[in-house]
Amino acid sequence: MNVREKAQIMTAPEIERTLVRLAHEIVERNNGTKNLALIGIRRRGVPLAERLARSIREFEKVQVPVGYLDINLYRDDLSTVATQPVIQSTEIHFPLNDTNVVLIDDVLYTGRTVRAAMDALLDYGRPRSIQLCALIDRGHRELPIQANYVGKYVQTTENEIIEVKLPEIDQQECVLLVEKVQ
Amino acid sequence: MPLRTKDLLGIEDLSLDQIQLILETAESFREISTRPIKKVPTLRGKTVINLFFEASTRTRTSFEIAAKRLSADAVNISPSTSSVLKGETLFDTAKNLEAMAPDVIVIRHSSAGAPHQLARVCSASIVNAGDGAHEHPTQALLDAFTILEHKKKLRGLKVAIIGDIAHSRVARSNCWLLGKMGAQVTVCGPPTLLPLEFEKTIRLCQPASMSPSEGRVCGSLKVTHEMDEALQGADVVMMLRIQLERQREAFFPSIREYFRYYGLSARRLKGAKPDAIIMHPGPINRGVEIDSEVADGPYSVILDQVTSGVAVRMAILFLLAGTKESEVEQRT
Repeated sequence: MNVREKAQIMTAPEIERTLVRLAHEIVERNNGTKNLALIGIRRRGVPLAERLARSIREFEKVQVPVGYLDINLYRDDLSTVATQPVIQSTEIHFPLNDTNVVLIDDVLYTGRTVRAAMDALLDYGRPRSIQLCALIDRGHRELPIQANYVGKYVQTTENEIIEVKLPEIDQQECVLLVEKVQ
Repeated sequence: MPLRTKDLLGIEDLSLDQIQLILETAESFREISTRPIKKVPTLRGKTVINLFFEASTRTRTSFEIAAKRLSADAVNISPSTSSVLKGETLFDTAKNLEAMAPDVIVIRHSSAGAPHQLARVCSASIVNAGDGAHEHPTQALLDAFTILEHKKKLRGLKVAIIGDIAHSRVARSNCWLLGKMGAQVTVCGPPTLLPLEFEKTIRLCQPASMSPSEGRVCGSLKVTHEMDEALQGADVVMMLRIQLERQREAFFPSIREYFRYYGLSARRLKGAKPDAIIMHPGPINRGVEIDSEVADGPYSVILDQVTSGVAVRMAILFLLAGTKESEVEQRT
């Protein structure tokens, strides 16, 4: 698939500033960091969760537990995708019962990833609440799912793709709007 | 990343990339069996048939548990309760099972090549769970997975496989797999159970059919009848079961004599590296090929092998039955 870059939506400093704001919002809404846990959805939710936790540590002096979730085993389209996804491990090394879990992902789109993530989480325990934090919300939901914390809302068409690039995975940092070209 | 094969019939036909994909996928599946709820919905609606024409506890249970932890429906068929008793041929049994639209058929059969026959006539994926003295690919994969867990690598590792090599599908699959992964394998057994020409039946490097990168990691295969020579400096000692039912065929004079020359005792083990791990595909005959002291000792990973088996078989079922060809789209 060929893509054409249309616009840069966020720069590295903008991403950093947004993450700091999201970290504050998460702590504010949960009245502190007690029973709070961040879980990043692989792949790009993982570095985002780590950066949010680092940010919370800086202003609250508390290390909140961070976990990583691979949702591929819970996808609803496994029997239709052409390329089999590479399964990575899920790492949640703390009990989820009675925690307030914040799921972290880079882009919120159809909502199907979040549905799969919630099903996966519930297999690990019974959190008191599950909240959702996305760096970008691009609309086009196919399920009744809404994020609690959103870095930026972006109007898109179905033909466009949001590319979040993070240094841990892509060796660069920015958010791009690109378009599929036939 | 797909496995790019409909069936898993043997290690001999697998490329290094395919082997590594299976082992890496298994690594991710390991964690599922440690959860409070040991189940994921991945293969919901898929059907796995276990067709075992030979006795088995470990392999059959392992496949059944692997299927169930992936939410597939598992059905077990054994010849003693099936129409095989009434004289139905393997071909007819397979066609009838096929008519019920399973996604995977796992087969163990006393005849080498039985799974390959099935693969030709069935559209379901066929997994070889042991065919005669030919191959037992999932056992070799779980053995490699267990070695990697303890030793972190296979390349350059010295592995001794000791026992009834001639009749062992486990030994053959392991020679191919460990060889492809770059280990230095020594097989050892009495001359009646280890033909001198054995290494010629396991051709490791075939430059014509393998890419150069695979050629480079090819390990070596050595044959000896002296157990101490095989154990010398070994990182991994893999004992094979002596099939006591073959004792009538007089491959060795007595069990006592066999144990004296080819049984693994703590004293014998001193020749291997101090941190050598002890493996056995099971079921073990205590005091025949392995002493209880060693089988239950600190370096025994025999039960780890059984645990690994579930993760490896989950990976294989997932890679074979997990997806279908179609369009891919951005899902976020």
